[in-house]
Formats: sequence, C-alpha cells, structure tokens
Amino acid sequence: MDLISAEKLENMTSMEKIRLILDKVKNGKIVVLENGLTPDEEVRLIEMTMTEIRVDEFSGIEIESYPSKKEGSFLDRIFGRSIKGRMTIIGPANQIRTIEKDKYQISTKVSVGD
Amino acid sequence: MGFISSLKESLGSWINRIFKKKRAKIGLYGPPNAGKTTLANRILHDWTDGETFGEVSPVPHETRRAMRKEGVVINANGSSIELDIVDTPGMATKIDFKEFMAFGLSEVESKKRAKEATEGVIEAIKWLDDLDGVLLVMDSTEDPYTQVNVTVIGNMEARRLPLLIVANKMDLPNASPARIKAAFPQHSMVQISALEGSNIDNLYQAIAAHFG
Repeated sequence: MDLISAEKLENMTSMEKIRLILDKVKNGKIVVLENGLTPDEEVRLIEMTMTEIRVDEFSGIEIESYPSKKEGSFLDRIFGRSIKGRMTIIGPANQIRTIEKDKYQISTKVSVGD
Repeated sequence: MGFISSLKESLGSWINRIFKKKRAKIGLYGPPNAGKTTLANRILHDWTDGETFGEVSPVPHETRRAMRKEGVVINANGSSIELDIVDTPGMATKIDFKEFMAFGLSEVESKKRAKEATEGVIEAIKWLDDLDGVLLVMDSTEDPYTQVNVTVIGNMEARRLPLLIVANKMDLPNASPARIKAAFPQHSMVQISALEGSNIDNLYQAIAAHFG
C-alpha cells in the first residue's frame, strides 16, 4: 500500500498523477491519496482505466472518496478556486471491495494475493 | 484558471440564470441498471409519438452507445422547454466479462459486451463536456454512496452545471429515496418509478424548473 502525500501530487500534472496511480494499481498496489483528485481528474482516471482493461489481466479499479462537502461559494468561482479533492483510496478491482460508505467513513476489505 | 477567464465563466453562468434559456441538452447519467433507458423511454413515450431510445435488460451495460433525441418538448409549470436528451451508457470503474456470464451469456458474448461496455463508459465521459445539465439516475434500492455518483456530482459542481437527482425504482419494496437525499442534501431530488410512471409529473416540473 502506498500513501501519497498532497505535496507529492501538487507539483504533478493531471496526466502524471493518473499515470502514477494506474501504474501502481496495475502492479497490485493499493494507493491512498492524502488530498485525492479533482472531479475532472477522477473522471479522466476512470476514462484511462477503461482503455487499459484487459481480459484476465486487469478488470479495472475500485476508487472510493467522500462526497464533496458543499458547493464552492461565489467568491471561490470569481477567483477560480476549484473544489478540492478529499482523501481517496484506489486499488485493483479484484483486490479491494467497499463494505460500507457514508459521508464520514469508508470501510473497505482488501484481499492480499490470490 | 486565470482571474479573467474565471470571471467570464462566472458572469456567463449568472447571466444564463437570469435570462433562462428554454432549450437545454441534458444527459441521463448513472451506474449500470439504474433505469436510465427506462426513464428515457418513459420521457419519449409521454412527449413524442411513441418513439423509444432502446432496449432495457436486467443484464448490466445493455446500453453501450450514447443515444440522442433532439427537440423533445416538455410542458410543465405552465411553460414549455425543448430538450435534447442524451441517454448515456452506465458509468463504472470496473468491467469484468465474468459478471455477464453469470447472466447466462456465453464467454464470447460476454467478452464482446465487456469490450463494448468500456467504450460506452468512455463515450459517457466525453459527453460530459457537451451538456447543459444532468439527470443523475440512482436506484433507490441501492447504496447511493457509489463512486460513480460521487464523481458525476463532483464534476457537475465543478462545472457549475445544473444537476437533478432522480431516485428511481420507488415501486420496489426496499426502495429508500430518503437515503439518497441524506447522502446528497445539497441537490434537488425527485423520487419516481420510471417503469410504472409514478410521480413522473413531479419530475417534469422539476426538469422545467431546473433546466428551463
């Protein structure tokens, strides 16, 4: 399992973040992002995942993050402050399964090995 | 994003709200088997001359290509709105062909369906860039905290586009629209049964109010 700090990701482009995450997950790692991804990066990660699904090799990812706290304020929009991501866990679909999730807690079951 | 472009985007959004347009391109989004195509067919049944979007099936990912119908006029709240409706394939983060074999499909059919389903998810994501709003269809009998729901809502909030949550399948005994409302309290929600058409007039009123 790799816990990736907000500082490491903040200097990376969206594509670099997605490539880093997918490479780790395809190698069987569970990735925990301190600050998560932006909504646009999340959807691009799903898009990239779809292009890399292969029969009997990689069936996709399990990704879990919390719902956004609230919509950005008018001032946030004026000054271009985007909604920040929240802590996110991403892993291979065949190794991680969500047991329960609500606004405040994500419970997952992680399988190690086959 | 620069200050000037953010300001222009914000002003554009507010001007659009003040001078409400009466035509909108809306997408039906949600996880597989939430009832998107059943709802799309219901809307066409109610507001066109018997057109349909496509087949529905208990096997996930029955819709694997986005389909669009233009010029669907809905009358509600004493006014009318013309919609371009896009029925998108179910969004997912994983697709395993073995899941389809459990529904009785052959291995060859299942692998083909899985391949097409991955393409469908990509198509659904691409459509997000070309819409005026989204109807996010959720299955009221399922846990609403799925990543697909969280991601679609996050994207609509980030893009400042209107979103209406449709709590579908309220005809089923274990449906719990209240659970959906509690999960995403900042967004409007309408509970319906697209299959039976129950409460559908409330949905049309909400569509007119949200996207008109």
